[in-house]
Amino acid sequence: MKTIRIGSGAGYGGDRLEPALTLMEQGNLDYICFECLAERTIALAQKEKKANPNKGYNHLLEYRMEKVLPLAYEHKIKVITNMGAANPIEAMEVIATMANQQKLKGLKIAAVLGDDVLENVKEALHLKILETGQPLSSISDSMISANAYLGVEGIVEALNNGADIIVTGRVADPSLFLAPMVFEFNWQLTDTDKLGKGTMIGHLLECAAQVCGGYFADPPKKIVPDLANIGFPFVEVNEHGYGFISKVKDTGGLINTATCTEQLLYEIHDPSKYFTPDVVADFSKVTFDEIDTDTVQFKNASGHPATNTYKVSVGYVNGFFGEGQISYGGANALARANLAIDIMKQRLAVYGFEDLRFDLIGVNSLAPFNVEVMEVPEVRLSVSGRAATAELARHIGREVEALYTNGPAGGGGASQKVEEVISVLSVLWSKSDIKIEVVYTNI
Amino acid sequence: MKLWEIAHARSGDKGNISNLSLIVYNPEDYKIIQEKVTPERVKQWLSKQVKGDVKRYELPQLGALNFVLKEALFGGVTSSTALDKHGKSLSSYLLEMEI
Repeated sequence: MKTIRIGSGAGYGGDRLEPALTLMEQGNLDYICFECLAERTIALAQKEKKANPNKGYNHLLEYRMEKVLPLAYEHKIKVITNMGAANPIEAMEVIATMANQQKLKGLKIAAVLGDDVLENVKEALHLKILETGQPLSSISDSMISANAYLGVEGIVEALNNGADIIVTGRVADPSLFLAPMVFEFNWQLTDTDKLGKGTMIGHLLECAAQVCGGYFADPPKKIVPDLANIGFPFVEVNEHGYGFISKVKDTGGLINTATCTEQLLYEIHDPSKYFTPDVVADFSKVTFDEIDTDTVQFKNASGHPATNTYKVSVGYVNGFFGEGQISYGGANALARANLAIDIMKQRLAVYGFEDLRFDLIGVNSLAPFNVEVMEVPEVRLSVSGRAATAELARHIGREVEALYTNGPAGGGGASQKVEEVISVLSVLWSKSDIKIEVVYTNI
Repeated sequence: MKLWEIAHARSGDKGNISNLSLIVYNPEDYKIIQEKVTPERVKQWLSKQVKGDVKRYELPQLGALNFVLKEALFGGVTSSTALDKHGKSLSSYLLEMEI
């Protein structure tokens, strides 16, 4: 029976490269996918592209491809990545230039287009924002990006046309991994059971080390061996959608039913309805079995037909974030920090900041319930909020800094920052209104 | 007994919604979390932060519960002014629950 091996080369845009290279060298892979787009990444990339039309793709594209391209060529591994972000065409050109320099003759590079619908937004202002219930027109003045989460179609088309390196903009994370299964096993896009199984595999792989004991260690209860040298995962899957997940021998980390279960449920709501552009996957009956060291077999994912809409993520400028921090240590540190909060509340009241917060880092900055602490050796006060303009937001940091000479005794290490807030909201967009296109470059 | 003695957890975020998986180390303990860790208790435990409904999904074959917490992330990662905008630490606070 035909099987393929798909590796995961990145779990987020800034992920480590070394484990991906080890996987390409020793994992006997057919494919490797680099998932590099968080919710807001594409909005930030769109801003960069606007400032410079030759930018707007993942910042680590060149860094990664310098090492990835020769390995892909040597080991005949196809590479699929959403590192194109807001500019897949430019990313393709950059890769092509590098491949030419490395003399990788015969390599075919593809860019999948169609996710960027910002230009069509004018006709979609009536669409309802899922999070707020308001029409899209309510943020139309501040919109900077609008990208549909595409499914497998463009990538599968590129594979059908012989592409070796495929770079996309926004594609649903698991679709990057599902696409090679659809192509290799000739799965029909109506075969929801297979698409559900493949989507489950994609979901296990999409965060890379997070299924190999990354984001898992919690000593003394959860011990992960050699976390410093953690490996990235691969899946070996057959044409029926069955298989196992594992990692290269002698890499650090751990794959067992516990790591797989944590990753299966990561960012999942109703496990029987995981919506992607390809399928509504059902993870509710999934089982895991440890069949060998760091090797887990998965079973019983399934799926139902996809909806007729794409989720479109809309980025918009949502004011400015301002923050100031200052530390108190030694005798009565907590009392002085609390006095500083009282002072800040009074001094900042005139500005009317949104979501103004006063956090004591080391005491209650994370806690979702009230924490009773009498004394701490040191504490850092953080004051943060949002304002319509950078000028206004800057007052927060300034006032915190002014606690040096105008606040409690012994405040130290004041810092401040102001940054633009790019927020993201979503709408559902009819699939028939989005045209996917694939372009190619041959080396 | 604290929840962390028998179970582990991971937080995920989508917009202003947080989800917390809760997974027992030993399958025989699943009944304990199923009985003790109700959505109402989770909502109450995290009430300073979680403003919306809490819904619970059960995956007995994995010894796991999945909690979906609405209005739980101060607006969500792209607009929150909180330090931990993803609510990554919520899972560890859940494990502090006495059962």
